[in-house]
Amino acid sequence: MTAPADKLPAKELEAQTRRLRKVWENPTGWRYWTSVNNTQVGLWYASAAFIFMLFAGCLALLVRVQLAVPENGFLTADFFNQAFTLHGTVMMFLFAVPIFEAVAIFLLPPMLGARELPFPRLGAFGFWSFFIGGVFVCGSIFFNSAPSSGWFMYPPLATDKEMTGIGADIWLLGLSFIEVASIAAAVELIVGIMKCRAPGMRINLMPLFAWYLLIVAGMILFAFPPLIAGDILFEMQRMFDWPFFDADRGGDPLLWQHLFWIFGHPEVYIIFLPAIALMAMIVPTFAQRPIVGYSWIVLAAVGTGFLSFGLWVHHMFATGLPQISLAFFSAASEAVAIPTAVQIFVFIATMLAGKVIFSTPMLFGTGGIAIFVIGGLTGVMVALAPFDWQAHDTYFIVAHLHYVLIGGMLFPVVAGIYYYYPLIDGKHLSDRLGRIAFWLMFVGFNVAFFPMHLTGLRGMPRRVFTYPSEVGWDWLNLTSTIGAFVFASGVLVVVFDAVRPKRNHPPGEVNPWRAGTLEWISEPKENWGVRSVPHVKSRYPLWDQPDLFQDVNDGRYYLADAEEGRRELIVTSVLDAEPMQVQRVGGTAYVPIVSAFSLGAVFIALTFHWWAGAALAGVAFLCALLYWLWTGTAEIPEKSQRDAGLGLKLPLYASGPDSTGWWAMFITMVGDSTAFASLVFSYFFYWTIHEDFTAGIQGPGIFWPLVALGLFAAAWALMAAARWPNSAGATRICLVTAFLLTVAASVAGFMGPWSSAMEPTEHAYPAIVWLLAIWVIVHAAAGAVMQLYCLARSLAGMLTPEYDADLRNTVLYSHFLFITAAITFTVIGLFPEAL
Amino acid sequence: MRPRQKLSAFGTLMRRFSPILTLPIVGCAGIQSTLEPAGEEARLVAILLWVMTGAGAVIWLGVVALLLYATGRRRKVHGERESARLILWGGAVFPAVALVLLLAYALWLMPGLRPFVQPADDAMRIEVTGKQFWWDVIYHLPEGGSVASANEIRLPVGERVELELKSSDVIHSFWIPALGGKMDMIPGRTNRLSLLAIKPGIFRAPCAEYCGTSHALMAFSAVAMEPDGFRQWLTERTQPSATVAEAGSALFLRHGCGACHTVAGTGAAGKVGPDLSHVGSRETIGAGILANTEENIARFIAEPDRIKPNSHMPPFDMLPEDDIRAIAAWLKGLQ
Repeated sequence: MTAPADKLPAKELEAQTRRLRKVWENPTGWRYWTSVNNTQVGLWYASAAFIFMLFAGCLALLVRVQLAVPENGFLTADFFNQAFTLHGTVMMFLFAVPIFEAVAIFLLPPMLGARELPFPRLGAFGFWSFFIGGVFVCGSIFFNSAPSSGWFMYPPLATDKEMTGIGADIWLLGLSFIEVASIAAAVELIVGIMKCRAPGMRINLMPLFAWYLLIVAGMILFAFPPLIAGDILFEMQRMFDWPFFDADRGGDPLLWQHLFWIFGHPEVYIIFLPAIALMAMIVPTFAQRPIVGYSWIVLAAVGTGFLSFGLWVHHMFATGLPQISLAFFSAASEAVAIPTAVQIFVFIATMLAGKVIFSTPMLFGTGGIAIFVIGGLTGVMVALAPFDWQAHDTYFIVAHLHYVLIGGMLFPVVAGIYYYYPLIDGKHLSDRLGRIAFWLMFVGFNVAFFPMHLTGLRGMPRRVFTYPSEVGWDWLNLTSTIGAFVFASGVLVVVFDAVRPKRNHPPGEVNPWRAGTLEWISEPKENWGVRSVPHVKSRYPLWDQPDLFQDVNDGRYYLADAEEGRRELIVTSVLDAEPMQVQRVGGTAYVPIVSAFSLGAVFIALTFHWWAGAALAGVAFLCALLYWLWTGTAEIPEKSQRDAGLGLKLPLYASGPDSTGWWAMFITMVGDSTAFASLVFSYFFYWTIHEDFTAGIQGPGIFWPLVALGLFAAAWALMAAARWPNSAGATRICLVTAFLLTVAASVAGFMGPWSSAMEPTEHAYPAIVWLLAIWVIVHAAAGAVMQLYCLARSLAGMLTPEYDADLRNTVLYSHFLFITAAITFTVIGLFPEAL
Repeated sequence: MRPRQKLSAFGTLMRRFSPILTLPIVGCAGIQSTLEPAGEEARLVAILLWVMTGAGAVIWLGVVALLLYATGRRRKVHGERESARLILWGGAVFPAVALVLLLAYALWLMPGLRPFVQPADDAMRIEVTGKQFWWDVIYHLPEGGSVASANEIRLPVGERVELELKSSDVIHSFWIPALGGKMDMIPGRTNRLSLLAIKPGIFRAPCAEYCGTSHALMAFSAVAMEPDGFRQWLTERTQPSATVAEAGSALFLRHGCGACHTVAGTGAAGKVGPDLSHVGSRETIGAGILANTEENIARFIAEPDRIKPNSHMPPFDMLPEDDIRAIAAWLKGLQ
């Protein structure tokens, strides 16, 4: 059934096309912003990330002007500190990570031969959250209240309210909000890549970009939650004086460093791998041949992903850790250079085995590699503890990280812009301007950053707003400043090229570079992604299936029509991409925007300690969310099956592991559990650094934690049972009983620390016990809302034994809730008392 | 003094040539440079640096040459198998071998750089506490007793000195680039570091961990002295300065300076700010930011917050100018 169907007569085809176009059409006027289409959301996302990048670039130029000459009075110390803090923060959180979520949202559906990602409204929600959070964080500097303690926010400096002011809260809450958006995007990308590939696109035929994004999204899922956990500890200390990082009351400033760098180091690879992914799409096109060493590069990317979680201590070589752990982390840090080298040599090998057309994207790509290799080599140097003791926190590191990030990320991104621009509106960027921009950027970059190696070795520390002239860094700094401006002018040329009106340009043909991958099949003027969903047989379908392009656009494959006027995609199996279901996805809606703004209001109100406002916004968010779920998900279709074309009949409803929603829940909860694991890690971290980490303070006892544990177990058992009986009545009884048990269990969980009168501001031990208990209670509350939601759906006839997606997702949640509760109450009840 | 480790032939070569290699880029200033080592750790790490820089340059040139060749127009198209072999050898085997060798070299250096052994009880140790934005220094003498100082550390050439590093407010980092690498000063912890100076000299040492508004204005002078001179200097410091009773001392006390500062031999015994018992003999004032002159001392008394934003010392510009000048002259006289 994989051969294309017969071509329809012209008239029918025309009608089909019209229907499809209408279904996928964007709203017009100001309602345009309610669009959830991946093409629009991807473009907005990328543009916003780029604007944030330009903003952070301007801050960098201010920093460079201040440092151009010694003892300069251009900026005050305080403003300088805000500027460099915001520069790092914005580049990392508002540009480097989001730009790839943006590019992925834009590119992945057509690349996978899909119409859309599985949760378009979630994508839009993620974008709006990112946008609100980003404007909030960036805007703070115009009120002289930006964070000023560095993007790493080390306590006790950053936990001290007198020394840091509201900027630190803006950092913590604004970025937590953005991290939520990042995790939302990661969930959507993972499910999209696993479940929405075109039929026949087995996992080993997947474009490399999809492989990389799958790995990176997985990394986000494990890397961001430790930071979120750290943010929670941090904000609890700032808001309520719970002393998690206060050494005088049993806390430890180093705990933050661990949590921050467990996030911070994978972050570097989360930024770098997608850029390599762009290169992996660009290089084969211009070498005019498939990539050499597909499995090598996939394995290398997976290896990099894994290793990146074992390196974080190399940011802490000077904190006085035992030498044996320094040696271990030096070795691990060196090891990560190997898969990185493999990836670069895969590109070189692909070029060698092909005939290279040296286009502008290739110029940026290879220029980027040349820069990145220097960053990699200095990385190998600073990975060695003895050298790092000298280089750490000097301009040598500033040089190193910019060589890595600009060579390994910014240049490939610009290559990607030049390469993929025709997908946006069918027009090319200027080759001539591209080359001018490249040389300005390449020369400017090296003039700015190469001398910094030397500045650092000659002893200049990072994050200094001034320096004396007799130390001998004057002309090095002046050179760097000049280079920075040359570099910035190159970036401006790229921006000019991208935004200048191109009305007179003839629209380029489709697939101008003669690439082999599916994204080039899509027509920029259409919103449907692909005209019909093809059956894929190779890694480079456009090269290997010569008629594919015509057949897809003649609607001769799957889902060529939209008879019921619904946006539909094909869900396939994870490994072999066998078609499993036709999923209807949400279209244009206000609800993602309303949800994002109300959730944003919660975080912003918290920043200003406006509790009533936060509570109000929280209720608004909950209502918006419930409305969204009620009206937009797990809808019972009017018929059980749909003809997907080519004689294939697929169900319109799926639940459990067959459905995308179940996977989304599973993946979200994996991320959530990682945050929880970070809190448990913190508990045991205190235990290891102190002789008696309870400091003689009475714990929650054994009784209440075990009662809570028992009640949670009972609630969990009932939730598991709720799905079995083939009767709606039994399901409802199980749900009600489980709800009551969950509430009772939460009360018992609360009673443990409460009955012992544990005072969280007194010491880190009661604080972490309370925090774990509250974590469980909040999750139980969310579980209780889900139970009531299922009950309401059941009563409304929207959840039946046959159509039970909501129930199965709630059951899945209850598994995670039980694990969380079991670990929490065992830990706080039995450790250290049972020892 | 520890016997000097025998250098490999290459190390000797690098050592001989490193002054020449650094000459064109170093110029006259090197008081804060890792490239002009005057300590054992800094010396060995500088050699490590030059080895890695040399090897790194060769590797980079190789990769760029390959890239240029691969993107070139007129060349033959290589076979897929041949290209894949390049991935194996260039991407995996070569880096693995090179990295193992480099790692072995660096790990072999580590125990010597920062010995595991606990210092003997009778060894002298220097306790340094980082504060916003200055350094509190106490020399604990082997024979018992101690000498208090601030913003300057003196140590004997050729003898390993044990340092105890602490912080009383936020995280700072202790770093004398010419002598050796950093060690953080973390509230609630005591980190140990040992340094061995191999050449006499005066070096500048900045705070290396961002510690707040005036992080850039927190430094100290490290003075490596010949052992005899050092011991004599230290012995002198156990006594109050000879000029402590002169005019100025009364003004100092009357204006309340003693609430924060200690000057041995007077009633001033404050512990909030730096010890000033022998401040006149220090290389700099204000924690490494101003030359130690009467004018600068007077300026610092009058407007510390302008010289050092968010400094914890309040401005004393409301005092009569003559008093400020008299106090400054007296402080400068405390040799």
